[in-house]
Amino acid sequence: MLRFIGKGVYPAVAIGRISVTKKSTAISQIQPSDKKTDNYSDELKRFEKAKETAVGQLKRIYEKAVSETGEEAAGIFDIHMMLIEDEDFNEAVLGMLEEGYNAEYSVANAGRIFSDSFAAMDDDYMKERSADIRDISDRILSCLSGNENSNEADGDNLIICADDLTPSETMSIDRSRVVAFVTAYGSANSHTAILARSMGIPAIIGMGEDFISQLSEGDSAVVDGETGELIIVPDEKTLEAFIKKQNRQKAEKALIEENRGKENITLDGRRIDIFANIGSIDNVKSAIENDAGGIGLFRSEFIYLDRDSYPSEEEQFNIYKKVLSMMENKKVVIRTLDIGADKNAEYFDIPKEENPALGLRAIRLCLARPEIFETQLRALFRASVYGNLAVMFPMISSENELIRVREICDKVKNQLKAENIPYDENTEIGIMVETPAAAVISDKLAKLCDFFSIGTNDLTQYTTACDRQNPYLDKYSDTENTAVLRLIEYTAKSAHENGIWVGICGELAADTSLTEKFINIGIDELSVTPSFILKVRDKVRRTKKEG
Amino acid sequence: MKSFQYVITDELGLHARPAGMLAKEAKNYDSEITITKGDKTVSCTRLMAVMGMCIKKGDTVTVTVNGGDEEATFTAIKEFFEANV
Repeated sequence: MLRFIGKGVYPAVAIGRISVTKKSTAISQIQPSDKKTDNYSDELKRFEKAKETAVGQLKRIYEKAVSETGEEAAGIFDIHMMLIEDEDFNEAVLGMLEEGYNAEYSVANAGRIFSDSFAAMDDDYMKERSADIRDISDRILSCLSGNENSNEADGDNLIICADDLTPSETMSIDRSRVVAFVTAYGSANSHTAILARSMGIPAIIGMGEDFISQLSEGDSAVVDGETGELIIVPDEKTLEAFIKKQNRQKAEKALIEENRGKENITLDGRRIDIFANIGSIDNVKSAIENDAGGIGLFRSEFIYLDRDSYPSEEEQFNIYKKVLSMMENKKVVIRTLDIGADKNAEYFDIPKEENPALGLRAIRLCLARPEIFETQLRALFRASVYGNLAVMFPMISSENELIRVREICDKVKNQLKAENIPYDENTEIGIMVETPAAAVISDKLAKLCDFFSIGTNDLTQYTTACDRQNPYLDKYSDTENTAVLRLIEYTAKSAHENGIWVGICGELAADTSLTEKFINIGIDELSVTPSFILKVRDKVRRTKKEG
Repeated sequence: MKSFQYVITDELGLHARPAGMLAKEAKNYDSEITITKGDKTVSCTRLMAVMGMCIKKGDTVTVTVNGGDEEATFTAIKEFFEANV
């Protein structure tokens, strides 16, 4: 039994046998010795013909990919067609042909130059694109050699192992016979990873250089795309454990898929909203894919992190507008900047604090630096006309704070009005209930806003006085802490007595052992990580209110 | 000649897909459309060159439209940037 560890990209178990893929024609194999020719026009014709065949192949792969993985993931083959027609690439090939090199060498050389220049870039995403250039060059080469690529292994339940797979290799794999991919190289941005995810095939990438040489064709093996494990010739006990895991995953998946497209409605007919928590524009797609009824928590701080200066109003406006339009009139709750404590950016220049979790963070920071806050609010209200926006403020702990926040909102709206810039007057204004203070005075706060969203992570940390980042304190802040549940219950009661809605957007919202409790308390909305939506829906649909 | 500045908002920057869409879009117009970042300027129809500029989220680029039906092209390309990157 041999065990390798890489990075899992699709969390499922596959059981099968090893099939090692080797390259047939590759740009790296073309040597300058097989060059020079005095037949420029013939070589040019061969190149043009090979290009045409290559584009034809790509069109077919593109159509196959669209029907199997959807337009999104198939897009790469459209890009490949365009790369083959790229002016710079073609000029480079033609230049070599004119110098008297043959078509093979000209293509290989141009491919090498461009793929090397991408590989040298200071950006992980662009580095990966050098694989695309190699892929299209290899494709033209195999068309030049006349063999339409056939790299098909025999048999079923294949675990395809390779140094790296090009997108077209990944796509041309016969899905009825392949159960997993494992590659020595690649990153989460590589197409193997992206395609494996959209095809729903377990895959592991980044196994390391010497991995292929240790494999034997046909060996039995297990791939765990969740943990990134590849086990060669597993013993009986190990195999049994993985079979169990695989069966569990299959049952879970079937159950979840059954819930797609259904309503979030309890057995006694109560409707619950299940929304998504997101932290980037990319997450919006996964929210939509997982059937989110809206966005319950858009963490706007991602716009501010990993950069050197404040994002402009225009930049923020474009992001908010994009998310609102993507969600097509479904509710989108955007939380204003929640920076400080564990999330920080240097350019904010927040003075060092002894106890940052209790420090100048979130709304406190925004009120201390109104110019940052007003820029964000302007961008938000300007975007409000492009969908169903709700604005939410983090870390509120007093009535005065909320009154102050509302005054600033009014000021920003009045400015927009004066400048004749449209905004939606009915944009809901709500708060996170994440300090014990807010929960305790929720009866008063409910009169000052349109909704509550309970942030259970911070609420638990502050109520139990346990640092969330300290693993030794786990036992003091268990998820069914009575103190926290009482605060949640009181907050829900305050909300309903004042006719506003109340949701939960912390991690507890996805804990299905608490779903029934939350429904009984009267929670209207649960906002969870996109991949948990269907699981929570399943629970809601099997729940009945007490008494 | 007309130009506008734009701050890239897409998480991955001007990556392969939007760059490809841009190249396609740019080929639809008579005007010459270029994109500038820092001291580097390339034609938007050249996919590898545009990708090669390594334009990331938060980068400010200048897009210039020259010749042809400048007004209409300018508006269309500006809308393209706002909707896609």
